[in-house]
Amino acid sequence: MKTSSFKIDGRVCTAEKGLNLIEAAKQNGVFIPTLCHFKYLNPLGTCRVCTVKLNGKAVAGCTIHVADDMDLEVNTTELLDSRKAILEMMFVEGNHFCPSCEKSGDCQMQNLGYETGIKYTRFPHLFIDRITDARPKRIVVNQNRCIKCKRCIEEVKTFDGYKVFNSINKGSETMVSVDYEQESKLSELQAAHAMQICPTGSILVKGKSFSKPFGDRQFDAVIEEKIMSLNPVKKHRGHVKKKIVATTSLAGCFGCHMSMLDIDLGIIDLFEVIEFNKSPITDIKNFSKHCDIGLVEGGCCNTHNIEVLREFRKNCDILISVGECAIWGGLPAMRNTFPLEECLKESYLDSMTSEENETIIPNHEDIPKILNNVYANHEIVKIDHHIPGCPPDANHIWNVVKNILFQEEYSIAHPKYKYD
Amino acid sequence: MNRTGLLNKLWEFQNKFGYISESAIAQIAQKLNVSKIEIEGVVSFYHFFHKQPTGKYIIYLNNSIVSEFKGFQQIKAAFEKETGCTFGCSDVNQLFSLFETSCIGLSDQEPAALINFYPFTNLTPEKVKTIIQQLKNGNSLGFISSNPTSKIQYIPADDKTIFFRKYDMGISLKKLKNHTPDAILNLISAVKLEGCGGAFFPTAKKWKSCKESKSAKKYIICNADEGEPGTFKDKSLLNNLPGLMLEGMIVAAYVSGATNGFIYLRAEYKYLLDKIENTLREFQENNLLGNDILGIPKFNFNIQIQLGAGAYVCGEESALIESLEGKRGEARIKKYFPTEYGYLGYSTIVNNVETFAKAARIIELGTPFISTIGTNESKGTKVLSISGDVAKPGIYEIEWGMTVKELLHLCQATSPYFVQISGPSGICINNTEFDRKICKEDLICGGSIMVFNNFRSITKILENYTKFFKEESCGVCTPCRAGNQILHEKIKKIKKGICTAQDLEEIKEWGQIIKLTSRCGLGQFSANTLVMALDKFEGYFNQKIIKANENLNVEFDMEAAVYNYDSLIKDTQAP
Repeated sequence: MKTSSFKIDGRVCTAEKGLNLIEAAKQNGVFIPTLCHFKYLNPLGTCRVCTVKLNGKAVAGCTIHVADDMDLEVNTTELLDSRKAILEMMFVEGNHFCPSCEKSGDCQMQNLGYETGIKYTRFPHLFIDRITDARPKRIVVNQNRCIKCKRCIEEVKTFDGYKVFNSINKGSETMVSVDYEQESKLSELQAAHAMQICPTGSILVKGKSFSKPFGDRQFDAVIEEKIMSLNPVKKHRGHVKKKIVATTSLAGCFGCHMSMLDIDLGIIDLFEVIEFNKSPITDIKNFSKHCDIGLVEGGCCNTHNIEVLREFRKNCDILISVGECAIWGGLPAMRNTFPLEECLKESYLDSMTSEENETIIPNHEDIPKILNNVYANHEIVKIDHHIPGCPPDANHIWNVVKNILFQEEYSIAHPKYKYD
Repeated sequence: MNRTGLLNKLWEFQNKFGYISESAIAQIAQKLNVSKIEIEGVVSFYHFFHKQPTGKYIIYLNNSIVSEFKGFQQIKAAFEKETGCTFGCSDVNQLFSLFETSCIGLSDQEPAALINFYPFTNLTPEKVKTIIQQLKNGNSLGFISSNPTSKIQYIPADDKTIFFRKYDMGISLKKLKNHTPDAILNLISAVKLEGCGGAFFPTAKKWKSCKESKSAKKYIICNADEGEPGTFKDKSLLNNLPGLMLEGMIVAAYVSGATNGFIYLRAEYKYLLDKIENTLREFQENNLLGNDILGIPKFNFNIQIQLGAGAYVCGEESALIESLEGKRGEARIKKYFPTEYGYLGYSTIVNNVETFAKAARIIELGTPFISTIGTNESKGTKVLSISGDVAKPGIYEIEWGMTVKELLHLCQATSPYFVQISGPSGICINNTEFDRKICKEDLICGGSIMVFNNFRSITKILENYTKFFKEESCGVCTPCRAGNQILHEKIKKIKKGICTAQDLEEIKEWGQIIKLTSRCGLGQFSANTLVMALDKFEGYFNQKIIKANENLNVEFDMEAAVYNYDSLIKDTQAP
């Protein structure tokens, strides 16, 4: 075995000559994230998450085989940011609703989202209508979640060597499609393998997907501190003027508010250092004071939401989107892939419970108009911070608020991230 | 039948039945021992292959930016009116099918369309009416189609012409006998011949790498798939000097020891097929192709033509090779050069039409002559295709080093404002840069120059480009596939007039990410012009952006957001 000596971010590393860089870096304690790379395969170079610089030139890390004198940059600010950007692109290109995904917690893409610290995507979500194909015999292919990494195309083959998956179309229409005939030849084990190698929840085995109970999830670490310690709050008592907080729920489910209340008795201590203004917690309907912080749950699905949000922006120094719906639309945004007309007809005109000839789409000058899409809050007004999660953990929310109000150090660690 | 013959097999079905049916796909899959989805993947990759039945006449109307400015919308409407069908569909009688297509290499005669691959140029609504009427009357396409020849508007004075000069068959090949392969490499490296398709890779280096390769077989591929919008210079070479290009390929074969060659001809130039085939036959008859060429023992070389099927990305050499192998035209990972691992894994030289033609001229005319022309780094001449707002669009053979200003003068550009060099994946320049010289030292150009005057909307230009890349990306890598869709959303915002300074900053940042991380040249250069235009036409964009309310900070188009609801209520409920 010949060894090669090369540099990663200036540090001298050694590995077997010709070894794939992802593996070689791992042996030297450097983690290069990737979604398409799969160590048994030839490099695919499709997802581009592993982009590194080799002698100053950007290359997909999984396509590099280490050799002597290679000078590699892996964790520079530019590369870390592009890595994050590519992941964000995947999130906006597909329709990734983590809370409703069977693979959440076991999903490599979600995990990388946590790893790279994605709180919100800088890109607008595209919300393209994509199909979920349940026609295959053993599997279900959900195009909403596919990132076109091609792992399944290369790896999943029938016993007689036929491909089961392949890309079809090109450009923005590209998708990974299934050959029904070949798929029906797959054994149970082969189908399970297809599900396993899929880095997202795009390939699921019928009847198997829910068999693994929630909570037993490989990428979720247990959060140690369950109840927020109160001392850090108490120390601010009396020292500083009470800070004023406002909260609201727009197109949300009040779940984030429930989560806020999960600090239990801690809220009594909180009242000593902060005061709530407009909020469902106090039932104050209108702003009576200018606030330090506004916590917004839910995105904007109607004109009223937009009015409230704009009012919050005007009356709060710092505005925080709490939870997935506020950050990018979340579950209500599932309707974004359908025309509004279809949604309204389905719920008001053609629904099972609507009475014949009595149906009407609600419309009155006093009720808000439904928007064509559910919008993320940062598309309407400037949002200063985002707290991901569905809902975010109570401690997480209050730690962020505390940190902002009292300028305390608080960094969100990987296990605290949640998209579901 | 083997896999490499797949494209031809699919063409057979497409031509015979007008589409490639499920059963045809099943039949081919069975013959090739692959799954149906693999064949379907190939069929759906190329936009000239159809999976649904098409009409007797398939009309492809070019939607490139030059066409758009010359009346694309009116022509589109005229076709729809006259044929009675909408774009993307066929009419009830299965007589016509209408499709849009990206640049078809007729930018100097826009608006232009291909009907069953016969060219129809300088279209007007009246002309469309006549054409459709004639087709309904059963006139033959060959009879009523236009002449697609691009006018050669300019060649250098004082016998400095290299390409468009007198050509006699075999003129360069006759000199091969007196040169060893190494001597030829020296000749072409002495005049710094570089790939004229736009990448400008040193040709001698490429050929040398193939020559030194231990590959059991070697291939020469001529890339005649110029899909970059606004480019039609290879078409004029294929049309006027097909023999010269063949000679270049034969020279490359002589140097490298390759025995087989391909011309990958884009389907848009199908009307040139007969001409090239005839030239190939003449070459064979004159022992310039075949075995023991020109009496040189063991110098065997044959060329065959492969017709593309409509995919811009197949102009990228590794995607082209994949396509030749009967696969989807997806760019390979940049691990090997084609000269190391090319067609079917063998060492392969891929060069553009113009590069081969120029190589042949170098052998013919000698290096001292070529060296006196052009600049230090770019020697000789360059064939340019000029289109847009100019009085004399067409082909210009210019000496390297000519200024943009001189060129604009030659083609009689009227108040030029936005000049696109090397097509959408190239760069744009504004009127402060017209003194720049077209050469490697200053402003390199792959062959397309599109001139737009100050009445043209820059947003429209950029939207057209982004849409083009969005559709023509091979779809393999995330930044190119998703990134161009995202950029398209931003341009929509500019169009709507709700774009802020921050949006423009974001376009620049995002463009940089796409450039850094994309897999092949298509993605890497896709955002180039867009990002560049923001700086070079700052004044234009400053007028476009609005100052968002400081408190709200984001502009939101409320009217558009409630439009659907309002119109639904209006439609379903009486006032």
